[in-house]
Amino acid sequence: MPGKEPRLSRRTALKGMTGLVLGVYLKPGSSMAQSGAAQILRPDSSTSSFAPNAFVRIGTDDTVTVLVKHIEFGQGPFTGLATLVAEELDADWSKVRAEHAPADANLYKNFLLGSQGTGGSTAIANSYEQMRKAGAAARAMLVEAAAQSWRVPAGEISVERGVLRHSRSNRQGRFGQFAEVAAKLPVPSDPPLKDPSKFRLIGREGAVKKLDVPAKTNGTAQFTIDIREPGMLTVVVVHPPRFGSKVASVDASEARAVPGVVDVKQIPSGVAVYADSTWPALKAREALKITWDDSAAEKRSSSQLIEEYRALSRQKGSVASQHGDVDAALAGAERLIEAEYVFPYLAHAPMEPLDGFLRWDANKASARYGSQLQTFDQLTIAGVLGLKPEQVSLETMLAGGSFGRRAQPTSHFAAELAQVAKAIGPSRPVKLIWTREDDLRGGYYRPMFVHRLRGAIRDGKIVAWTNTLVGQSFIQGTAFAPMVIKDGIDPITVEGSREIPYEIPNFRCDVHTPSVGVPTLWWRSVGHTHTGYAVECFIDELLQATGQDPVAGRVALMGKAPRAAGALRAVAQLARWAGPGPFGDRARGVAVVESFGSFIAQIAEVSSGDGEGPKVHKVWCAVDCGVAVNPDVIRAQMEGGIGFGLGHALFAEVRLDEGRPVPGNFDTYRSLRIHEMPEIEVTIVRSNEKPTGVGEPGVPPIGPAVANALARLGHNRPRQLPIVRGMV
Amino acid sequence: MTAYNVKVNGRSHSIDVLPDTPLLWVLRDSLGLSGTKFGCGIAMCGACTVYLDGKPLRSCSFPVSAVGDREVTTIEGLSGREAAAVERAWVARDVPQCGYCQSGQVMSAVALLKEVKRPTDRDIDLAMNGNLCRCATYVRIRAAIKDAARLLGA
Repeated sequence: MPGKEPRLSRRTALKGMTGLVLGVYLKPGSSMAQSGAAQILRPDSSTSSFAPNAFVRIGTDDTVTVLVKHIEFGQGPFTGLATLVAEELDADWSKVRAEHAPADANLYKNFLLGSQGTGGSTAIANSYEQMRKAGAAARAMLVEAAAQSWRVPAGEISVERGVLRHSRSNRQGRFGQFAEVAAKLPVPSDPPLKDPSKFRLIGREGAVKKLDVPAKTNGTAQFTIDIREPGMLTVVVVHPPRFGSKVASVDASEARAVPGVVDVKQIPSGVAVYADSTWPALKAREALKITWDDSAAEKRSSSQLIEEYRALSRQKGSVASQHGDVDAALAGAERLIEAEYVFPYLAHAPMEPLDGFLRWDANKASARYGSQLQTFDQLTIAGVLGLKPEQVSLETMLAGGSFGRRAQPTSHFAAELAQVAKAIGPSRPVKLIWTREDDLRGGYYRPMFVHRLRGAIRDGKIVAWTNTLVGQSFIQGTAFAPMVIKDGIDPITVEGSREIPYEIPNFRCDVHTPSVGVPTLWWRSVGHTHTGYAVECFIDELLQATGQDPVAGRVALMGKAPRAAGALRAVAQLARWAGPGPFGDRARGVAVVESFGSFIAQIAEVSSGDGEGPKVHKVWCAVDCGVAVNPDVIRAQMEGGIGFGLGHALFAEVRLDEGRPVPGNFDTYRSLRIHEMPEIEVTIVRSNEKPTGVGEPGVPPIGPAVANALARLGHNRPRQLPIVRGMV
Repeated sequence: MTAYNVKVNGRSHSIDVLPDTPLLWVLRDSLGLSGTKFGCGIAMCGACTVYLDGKPLRSCSFPVSAVGDREVTTIEGLSGREAAAVERAWVARDVPQCGYCQSGQVMSAVALLKEVKRPTDRDIDLAMNGNLCRCATYVRIRAAIKDAARLLGA
């Protein structure tokens, strides 16, 4: 069982460090060739190392390994959290490595989520102090070790790029030389942190290169789908064609006859096919004859749900926020402007569909996959297999994207993985893989929403604003519900609509939360995916109706939103804003959205295109995310967020036909391609505010920026997404 | 099950699989070459791109029985000036995010540069638009291909 012992060693070593007890850490043997992401980024040459806390390990070969509690699926926490450690440690970046921390909520909880997990663009925000302190503690101990070895005062030792130096006696040495001595020293409880003016990595252009890039360029990076273990079975599951259907009967005779197929088992979520490799499993799955019991299934079509939502949006829902006297202001309006926006279900469609590896027996289980909520997943696997949570080890793997899909409050994938393993028994480890069809038709979508907005204009001013939302809550009925839902309202459904950056004297936001049998989930930037579009299109429409410039008109209403206004001014300057146009066949649209504490403004330059939907030529973007830890990672997230947001706004919809999701692959779930990607220019607003996230906030503004540009080209702002449905 | 001999990255391998097994699963499951990825199974995403006699091919939709004695090249066997230039440019630009599609992107980019020494934006669109990147690293992919062309002295 290659890989097993080293993992246990690491886990044991780390457990021994609670309370910051030190121990020399022995490097695992080289038998971990298949042990995942961590392994390929791990140095091969160190023989022993010093680990002052659960986050830093320093090898005698000078390598500094940072254990990262957040999953790396492209948003950069490996590099970001390692930057924070290396800054305070004064490490040599070329010696810095990153690997995923094991699942252990005591050591690795996300302070903003309350358990171990990644989401809400929190990785840097909740690690900023913690990782810097981890680095500072290690530095102080290395300095003390050198002071003892050289018999000089610690205060006379300087550290620069991984080298400790005592200039008076002209002595110097690298971290590795002092690792073993440092390991025997007491850990400082509150080591001093650098003054930001002394930073040489944080916020410095070009100071670090992303740690995971070389392995992701040459094909050696290991993802869950790449796990191969002796005796391992590859498993695929047939899921019901409608949400809520159950298996009525299974005829597996043809499936079992496919060479390479080992077994077929019914599990709670469907029917599992076990084979000795992938293709026989996929072929056998096609050969299964299953009849489904649809009696409890969701059978409504998208069109029917939309009509029901529209009807609901004409009634007042639960009030999420209000001020002034909206009804009186609406009644006294000179002009009343109404708009309705319809948002489809959307799939996350990460390039690597969901997958997981699990090995278990009566005493323990070890899972390896791209878990995004490790603590919940660990509990779920333990529950299914009848183990205690501490008997379940969970190694987080690099994952091929997530966009929210791998963070499941229901732990439905962990449950299916454990059920698949349980059904076949402990004799053989399993690798469960979902295909693209499983992914796109498997639910957990960005919920469908309808927004109905009304704006009242009097004396050329916007005097009232109401926004009624209709859409599902994916928090209701989960472990998160008691923490999140207040007064019957899931704030996630109204985030971005409940509080807008514009000062309007009479305001109301209310919401209906219908019950629909389609499982939904957070999707990159969550509520802001729809509220950003509705609010930013509607304010633009009201400004246009009152003859105001989209930038100046917004800024005039943003007296209480200085950072949002700052981002807007910055992007206007970057784009040399001179009004929305049109200029020739192009026009410009603007949008600004705060999400997850970061403020992003974008300007899109758009033409009508040649019958295949609009062409987005260029996007300018300004981001204020507080202290910018890794400027180039921030730019990359803005670029990626814009591309992700644009592709979905233009093309994407998971339509339901009598309850059955229609698109099954990238032929019918259209994704942005390189020729549709605009040129992008990003500016980072200088800020000393505490750092906030960048993984999600780049997404929301692009859709409304494009819609607002289209409005200046003689089109209506698209009322129903995706945009191409109304333009081709 | 049927026995086949496939030539991959310059070495011959004997395998015994179902005749309709896509080349992708032979590479990944039979030969352990995991750099070539599964993304869609219908040749719509390009994550599985390999070369057959030097030309890009979506290995997820190509049965092993059709390979014959042609030479298969995967990311693990990629070599030559163009490959070195693309890899260098990719790292210098920090192109990958999640990284899952990048083997396929690199395979397509190297194939492009072998055909076209100084690709235009349109050349890049045509050569690369079969490779999806859900992280939308396209801006950097485009820039890195141009960097690689410059590195090659075009």
